[in-house]
Amino acid sequence: MADINVKVNGVEMTVPKGTTVLEAAHIAGIEIPTLCYMKEINEIGACRICVTEVNEGRGFRLVAACVYPCSNNMEILTSSPKVIESRKRTLELILSTHDRKCLSCVRSGNCELQKLCRDYGVEDASLYDGARNEYEVDDSAAHMYRDNNKCVLCRRCVAVCANTQGIGVIGANERGFKTFIGSAFDMGLGETSCVSCGQCIAVCPVGAISEKDFTKPVLEAIADPSKTVLVQTAPAVRAGLGEAFGLPIGTNVEGKMAAALRRLGFDKVFDTDFSADLTIMEEANEFIERVQNGGVLPMITSCSPGWVKFCEHYYPDLLDHLSSCKSPQQMFGATAKTYYAEKMGIDPKDIVMVSIMPCTAKKFEIGREDQSAAGVPDVDYALTTRELGRMIERAGINFHALPDEKFDDPLGISTGAGVIFGATGGVMEAALRTAVYTLTGENVTDLPEVRGTQGIKEATYKVGDLDVKVAVASGLANAREILDKIRSGEADYQFIEIMACPGGCVNGGGQPQVPMGVRNFVDIRAERAKVLYDLDKSMPLRQSHENPAIKEVYETYFGKPGSHKAHEVLHTSYVKRSVN
Amino acid sequence: MKTLEELKVVRESMEGEVALRTHGNASSKYERHVLVCGGTGCTSSGSPKIITKLEEELAANGLTDKVQIVKTGCFGLCERGPIMIVYPEGSFYSRVDVEEVPRIVKEHLVDGNPVKEFLYEETVDGDDIKSLDDTAFYKKQHRVALRNCGVINPENIDEYIGRQGYEALGKVLTTMTPEDVIQTILDSGLRGRGGGGFPTGMKWKLARNIVPDADMKYVCCNADEGDPGAFMDRSVLEGDPHVVLEAMSIAGYAIGAKQGYIYVRAEYPIAVERLNIAIKQAREAGMLGKNIFGTDFSFDIDLRLGAGAFVCGEETALMTSIEGNRGEPRPRPPFPAEKGLFQKPTILNNVETYANIPQIILNGAEWFASMGTEKSKGTKVFALGGKIKNTGLVEIPMGTTLREVIEEIGGGIPNGKKFKAAQTGGPSGGCIPAEHFDIPIDYDNLISIGSMMGSGGLIVMDEDNCMVDIAKFFLEFTVDESCGKCTPCRIGTKRMHEILDRITKGKGTLEDLDKLEELAYHIKSNSLCGLGQTAPNPVLSTLRCFRDEYVAHVVDKKCPAGVCKDLLSFVINTSKCVGCGLCAKNCPVNAISQMSEVPEGKKRAPYVIDTSKCVKCGACMDNCRPKAISKV
Amino acid sequence: MSSAKSTVPFKGTPEQEAQLLQVIEEKKNDKGALMPILQKAQDIYGYLPIEVQKIISDNTGIPLEKIYGVVTFYAQFSLYPKGEYTISVCLGTACYVKGSGDIYEKLQEKLGIAGGECTPDGKFSLEACRCIGACGLAPVLTVNEDVFGRLTVDDVDSILAKYA
Repeated sequence: MADINVKVNGVEMTVPKGTTVLEAAHIAGIEIPTLCYMKEINEIGACRICVTEVNEGRGFRLVAACVYPCSNNMEILTSSPKVIESRKRTLELILSTHDRKCLSCVRSGNCELQKLCRDYGVEDASLYDGARNEYEVDDSAAHMYRDNNKCVLCRRCVAVCANTQGIGVIGANERGFKTFIGSAFDMGLGETSCVSCGQCIAVCPVGAISEKDFTKPVLEAIADPSKTVLVQTAPAVRAGLGEAFGLPIGTNVEGKMAAALRRLGFDKVFDTDFSADLTIMEEANEFIERVQNGGVLPMITSCSPGWVKFCEHYYPDLLDHLSSCKSPQQMFGATAKTYYAEKMGIDPKDIVMVSIMPCTAKKFEIGREDQSAAGVPDVDYALTTRELGRMIERAGINFHALPDEKFDDPLGISTGAGVIFGATGGVMEAALRTAVYTLTGENVTDLPEVRGTQGIKEATYKVGDLDVKVAVASGLANAREILDKIRSGEADYQFIEIMACPGGCVNGGGQPQVPMGVRNFVDIRAERAKVLYDLDKSMPLRQSHENPAIKEVYETYFGKPGSHKAHEVLHTSYVKRSVN
Repeated sequence: MKTLEELKVVRESMEGEVALRTHGNASSKYERHVLVCGGTGCTSSGSPKIITKLEEELAANGLTDKVQIVKTGCFGLCERGPIMIVYPEGSFYSRVDVEEVPRIVKEHLVDGNPVKEFLYEETVDGDDIKSLDDTAFYKKQHRVALRNCGVINPENIDEYIGRQGYEALGKVLTTMTPEDVIQTILDSGLRGRGGGGFPTGMKWKLARNIVPDADMKYVCCNADEGDPGAFMDRSVLEGDPHVVLEAMSIAGYAIGAKQGYIYVRAEYPIAVERLNIAIKQAREAGMLGKNIFGTDFSFDIDLRLGAGAFVCGEETALMTSIEGNRGEPRPRPPFPAEKGLFQKPTILNNVETYANIPQIILNGAEWFASMGTEKSKGTKVFALGGKIKNTGLVEIPMGTTLREVIEEIGGGIPNGKKFKAAQTGGPSGGCIPAEHFDIPIDYDNLISIGSMMGSGGLIVMDEDNCMVDIAKFFLEFTVDESCGKCTPCRIGTKRMHEILDRITKGKGTLEDLDKLEELAYHIKSNSLCGLGQTAPNPVLSTLRCFRDEYVAHVVDKKCPAGVCKDLLSFVINTSKCVGCGLCAKNCPVNAISQMSEVPEGKKRAPYVIDTSKCVKCGACMDNCRPKAISKV
Repeated sequence: MSSAKSTVPFKGTPEQEAQLLQVIEEKKNDKGALMPILQKAQDIYGYLPIEVQKIISDNTGIPLEKIYGVVTFYAQFSLYPKGEYTISVCLGTACYVKGSGDIYEKLQEKLGIAGGECTPDGKFSLEACRCIGACGLAPVLTVNEDVFGRLTVDDVDSILAKYA
């Protein structure tokens, strides 16, 4: 595309045609503030925080920088008095409808509205106070609250739910001053076909949507001497937790995280990477069996509880395609309360299994049917990365000063195959490594075809005599494309990996919120995924079947993958759910 | 109909009929034509019953074959409805009562003597009967967009063809290139009649050229007329629906579109019904559909009904609505000419704009450009309403002064009251005070005096209207109709309304006036769409021209016009009071009691109002015969 | 938070449902079919309760919340059944300056309901409307299809009496 000339605050520069004012300013090193704008997802120009003065030859006027394209010889003023005053007044108007309980708000300190108010010197938060709509807090869902009293109507949640996830259980209702975000007929989210992915939480600029916080009962369990409190951490947590402490996006904090968990008082600090390896053993075996015995194909992974719930609501006819494997979180809890309990001589009822997850759907998953291998729930509390961050902060632990520590044995032992579960394509790659070895005895490690942040990836691998065609989708709108192809019979895949969140667990709904001003220009999915692939590369063992702890658990407890015992403990079933 | 010749045959067979109703001396199959208005105004005041009665009476007098009853669209003078006109005489019967029909049939249609006492009094000059065109209401009007309204039966395509209908389409398809058409519209100087006044030809040119390889384009008609008090577009649709279909087809040819949509308010049932009939007839006649006039050009039109959202008059909101969504505007650019309906290049014009197109094609750009002012060509239709004698629909050349419209055409203010302001542009416009009475009305002049043309509502206010209350009324409308998408409009208009409400209740402060003004300018320059960008205009214009009224509310806690109830009190002048007690009897809250002492020279003791109980309903004043009660 | 919009029992018939399904079948492949489908559905049922919106959602694949968002955006769509007689008072500018606001208030007082509501006996719904185009008759109100014009507050009683 042809280039055009623009002047940003008097400085001349050249930008490609089609560049928005916001992007031109970014190139010039100036960040224009936004609230509603999400690149390619929510380009609605609604909040008016990004207004900027432009002159296209007919005098300066205000435009929404996020969606307004540059024209040749345009003059742009990003912080003229008029611009500053306009943004400030819009903030004052927003505050007049905002429940200003900022002191104790979960987002205090990383609230985008709060930062804007500070930046623009909003001194009198009550300047335009008047009538306000009052809303009940919706706590009907297992994983989150929605408090419309704090909502600024940026509609980022609506856009991710409808566009990114292809679900649309929340949207704008009513109109004008009465407009609010909600579900049909004011149903609580728990009554809808919300899949609990938490992407809405991840993008909310304020405290209007947040996860349900279970840190209190976890601390109480730790304080209870009669309980053995075990913790497991999902692969993606180590790639995101650092952000809660100001570390750059894409910092690996595995060692500090283990140290912090120990200092919080958990009896054993284990790693979900272990059960990721276990999942691969079961899933690869299930896949091979399906291929060899004419089972339902393509088989689709079942690690992502948001995806599983999505399938149950929207594609119940395809449930037979889902692998019967529990997710790594649940396999971990099930193994801990059976094998490990037996081994250590602890009554499973006295074990409190806590998981740290990049995910909010895990909060829903722990309460599912058929997830209680030892007669008690496999997992008791599923905390998000954010909740762990808050626990560490509240405990006064100086995260930066912590030494790097290791996970405990034996459920802290893992391979590179387990760690890449946290990125889209990781499960597929790990499964193929083991499946190829099982079928051919060959060792494969790097499968670049299924890596990367694209929403849909396809590849065909030659495994022995077999051509295995695979697909990987992340983000449920992308999943829909694949699923519709299966429904119509167009798809000729054998194996599919689906993750509910775009980019996989690294970008899960439970990860630290990154301000949209950053997300619009940095691909956090890729930055965080790099942590996992680097870890994989650095590990001595990179295939799940090589994991010595896994070998032991099969030798001493499950027998072999797919055994009766394994089925009892490590596999589950699904239910059809309605669409609302 | 496949050829222009076939069209000509129909036209010639109808010409005599319709000409009788304009020049009076044409050859018709009938002795007389009785035109009865079937527009919404006259239908509301009972014209359907009049038609039924007419049919009965004609049959009873054996005139069924000699007199043709024509149910037309609006004649314009809604104030005098229901209206009936008898041709060839052109006798204008106003406020016709069903009871009057037998006499009109007997004396006029049988005996040939118009019933003078039922005629519109303006047309009766002693023994003479004046032509309608000589009455004050019609004299200064010039009908282009409304030329067929009140002349033809809108449910009969042949009558439209009899008035040169579909000839412009024929001419365009057989003798002009799309570029010629666009050039003609450009040269005519036609600007959008829906509000902003963007040059129509320019819009078409952009839509033709901006996306050269578009696989689909759309022509849309904005018939979601929503300004309170404006009903121009409805009248055109009711009285002359085919003109819109023809113009849209011409536009389709010009920009290269095959499909049109008319987005019409569902609150206009008569217009919707006539459009449906017109579309059906046009399809049957080959004026819509494939290979029109045997050419390569194919075009069809569908109706889409609005569902009660004023913001859908905004072009991007209208398109969002047709797409099946909440009618929320989208940021521009991209403009509809590039990415409009279903993301395809689209033009959107309003009804009145389209109504001018066939005449421009037939009579030429120069003819159209010879009317109006330098930058505003042609005519404009206004809906006159409020405190004015002749409420109704008028079409005047651009450049006519407000004085001519209000005093001459409108007949001035009734009941001897004084003119205070005229409001144009609806909720987006402003109030024009008396000092601008002689400014020629056109797009640019109206903007320069702080109002705007809008779609053409013209509401007259007299001394009894409170300008703060009017501003509040419009803001209430905006608050109701704001889509809620952008912050300034969603919250800002609400806050403005709250401030205005405080002021009208006597709780406003001078700081409130500053806050009001600040908010107004903020909303204007920061809102996403035209609705928000113009919503503060009624406040800004009244603040500018009637600031003293605001100050009176805020500082003196008085409403000079006596409208704002919280600032009024009713008092009984004891010297005028005759002690009849009617006031007390009519008081809904028993706030009025009789004094105990009978003053000297009075038969009965006077009454007094307890202001702490009074709810200011005014019932006492309305019922006081000696006019002893006043509001202060 | 639970569903607040289900206080009136739904009395839809199988015939109505068949009619609606036919409308959906005819229109669902048109571009932007939702509005026309909702308009027809409201013609069939008189209002758009959850049961009706659910049928539309299930048969078009449009999320229920999106439908609800559209329904609550437009003033003409109703989640509640209407009264036998709907009284609409025009609050357009021309009527307003001639006192239609007082008439609207008087009706609320007489009927004991606020605008947008229906009397408990199901007889009258009251609503304000924007200009209906009968400005020559201002101020006006309509009761179903009947139009009453050039009104004063005193006419309210006699109008209500006609439908009592």
